[in-house]
Amino acid sequence: MSEVMQDDKVIVFKLKDEEYGIPIEHVGSIERIFNITRVPRAPKFVKGVMNLRGVITPIIDLRERFGLETVEQTESTRIIIIHVDDKSIGVIVDAANDVVDVPQEKVEPSPEVVGAVNADYIRGVAKIDQRLLILLNLEKVLSEEEFDELSTID
Amino acid sequence: MESNQYLDVFIDESKENLQVVNDGLLELEKDPSNLSIVDEIFRAAHTLKGMSATMGYEDLSDLTHKMENVLDAIRNEKITVNSNVMDVLLDSLEYLEKMTADIAEGGTGSMNVESVVTQLNAIEKGEELSQTGTSPAVIDDESETSTSSVEGLTVDQFERTVLEQAKTDGQNVYHITVSLSEDCLLKVARVYMVFEVLEQSGEVIKSVPTVDALENEEFENHFDLILVTSEQDEELKAKIMKVSEVREVIIKPFELEAEQSSDDKQTTEENQAVSNEQPEISNDQTNDQPTDQQKKAAGNKTIRVNIERLDALMNLFEEMVIDRGRLEQISEELNHNDLKGTVERISRISGDLQNIILTMRMVPIEQVFNRFPRMVRQLTRELGKDINMEIEGAETELDRTVIDEIGDPLVHLIRNAVDHGVEMPEERKQKGKPAQGNMLLKAFHSGNHVFVEIRDDGQGINKEKVLNKAIENGVVSSDQASSLTDKQINELILASGFSTAQEISDISGRGVGLDVVKSTIESLGGSIEIESEYGKGTTFSIQLPLTLSIISVMLVMIEEETYAIPLSSIIETAVIKHTDVMKAHNKEVIDFRGHIVPLVDLRQVFEVPSAKDEEETYYSVVVVRKGDQMAGLVVDSFIGQQEIVLKSLGDYLSNVFAISGATILGNGEVALIVDSNALIK
Repeated sequence: MSEVMQDDKVIVFKLKDEEYGIPIEHVGSIERIFNITRVPRAPKFVKGVMNLRGVITPIIDLRERFGLETVEQTESTRIIIIHVDDKSIGVIVDAANDVVDVPQEKVEPSPEVVGAVNADYIRGVAKIDQRLLILLNLEKVLSEEEFDELSTID
Repeated sequence: MESNQYLDVFIDESKENLQVVNDGLLELEKDPSNLSIVDEIFRAAHTLKGMSATMGYEDLSDLTHKMENVLDAIRNEKITVNSNVMDVLLDSLEYLEKMTADIAEGGTGSMNVESVVTQLNAIEKGEELSQTGTSPAVIDDESETSTSSVEGLTVDQFERTVLEQAKTDGQNVYHITVSLSEDCLLKVARVYMVFEVLEQSGEVIKSVPTVDALENEEFENHFDLILVTSEQDEELKAKIMKVSEVREVIIKPFELEAEQSSDDKQTTEENQAVSNEQPEISNDQTNDQPTDQQKKAAGNKTIRVNIERLDALMNLFEEMVIDRGRLEQISEELNHNDLKGTVERISRISGDLQNIILTMRMVPIEQVFNRFPRMVRQLTRELGKDINMEIEGAETELDRTVIDEIGDPLVHLIRNAVDHGVEMPEERKQKGKPAQGNMLLKAFHSGNHVFVEIRDDGQGINKEKVLNKAIENGVVSSDQASSLTDKQINELILASGFSTAQEISDISGRGVGLDVVKSTIESLGGSIEIESEYGKGTTFSIQLPLTLSIISVMLVMIEEETYAIPLSSIIETAVIKHTDVMKAHNKEVIDFRGHIVPLVDLRQVFEVPSAKDEEETYYSVVVVRKGDQMAGLVVDSFIGQQEIVLKSLGDYLSNVFAISGATILGNGEVALIVDSNALIK
């Protein structure tokens, strides 16, 4: 991923106790959570679909995806709408409220083990003003295996 | 030349003018003495000539000029219109269409049109067509788009040189005609295999139809080619016959000299063949154009808009409809008079807006109908029949998505009517009918649907024959047969595994038959009915939804979740006592109007989280069908019928079981659309 190597603006969101970053160019919008329609027989981490200004958008729960325990929604729960490969997908996060510049030199390769999250999903870690940001590799988070899993359900 | 900006206009107008010429010529053929038609054709041709000359497309303007001369002579009654003249004129038209298409694709529109020009000249001079024997052999241009036919394989100069070279080298040159069996399903694959075989043995110099056309399956069941090889014909034949589904292979030596002389004799035949071979291709090119009738009706100025933009507009509008709903609700609560008035106005305006947006996506069915007169003309010539085709209601509008799908089923039905419906002229005379058969293709609006009727005054459906055949083919049992109404018997011909044509012909009935038509139409959310009186004629009546993007559904609740079931697949809703549910093979079934209908519990299928376990005393059942099979979908409650906008679940969730899409309800929530076809095995 080349954009990691540049001064990147990332959207910071919270999941459990950790802060994650996704490049701002992948983010379409940040929405409050509302009216998600469950899709039968979809994988567990797919919460359902939502009407996003007239477009039916699938919503996945990042906690489920990363194997973290699920929690009740709170006031700060948000859905970040991300665009990857022409697909629009919403991810549920605990909170999203920050945009941070990540200078190239602050990015370090991902450590061997970071929490419960499979290291494949991680592009790197940036330490900025005492905050540790985990930069996600979106393609891997929504990886094709998952799409395949989705499409073979019957 | 700085004419790029005019190119689009030029192409559009050329197509319009060509369509006028096309319509006019067909008209003229029916009514050769009506010289006012010639005037109209002449004007269109003249405009075309002027425009193409201005744009610098000389071949186009030359050919139009020649046509114009002939038309002028007809107008001045120097030439009488006969079928030869018509053939040549239609032939020229086809060239013009090809040239225009070439220009539209960025080409130069140049094409060698010597043969047709010679013929036009000959007509103009009042010579008989057979005297064109002195004309040089037809020479194809590089793109191989000009004359080529099954009867006479013509070669251009380059190919001629190659062939002559091959002959002097002692190679064999063969003209091979390969016929595939009638029920061959993978024609393209067979063609490919044949070509592979041949390419191992030698070199294929030319094929008719062209390789491209063959790959697109634009041929009937046979194709011709010229092969240069060192092998003997018997050997070759054996090799080709090894490819399965090849019915017949005819190999004869290809003689250049003979070809040249036979070429001329076959000119007229060729013309027919050419126009027979390529009607659909050339007509497709004219498909996207508004026609002159429409132009006259509206005198309209049009702009082209990308359909994606219209979709985007539609999306935004739907969003607004949802907000409108909220606004209405809020104003109701606040009970403020001014606010109420304003909201009412907004509601009214957005209602009008909705209509306009929907109609913007509509196109006249003319686009599909346009190609049929010429198709029927060619079919009747092939079959030696005489059929007059009339079209009504071509201006009827349908959503683009439906238009794109409806063409093939109509082609099938029309071919069927021409082939099996209308009798031969002699037979008609014996029956006391006029020798000329009549066909009517009619489209009209009614409610939320568009109806398309295909009516012929042919022999009608022989119910006895149909019944016997249906029983014979196991479509119905003889017990069932006795209880069928006339209508049901007629509709048997749409059942799969049914085909009454005793002999398979090229035109229709290659075994697949009308069941394909039926399933296509049903997949569009439409239906098809047949009325027929034996000896008097048959009417196929197709009912189609106005649009595919907006459908009528029944909204149902399962626990807290709302699902939509397309009305087109619903037969009935019913509330059934739990005690009326029976068990068969461990499955729950109900007796629905004499049919045993299996129950499908949607709560289980969709794994709806359920709060309560207790059995209910009544089941709410939606009876749906797929073809002749039925199923009862058990839901919790019915909400009601609603028009909804069909949306896909997106790429990410493309293949969810038994869900065909989603829609946004008035309150902004998403409801999933049940694919009842997936629930019926």
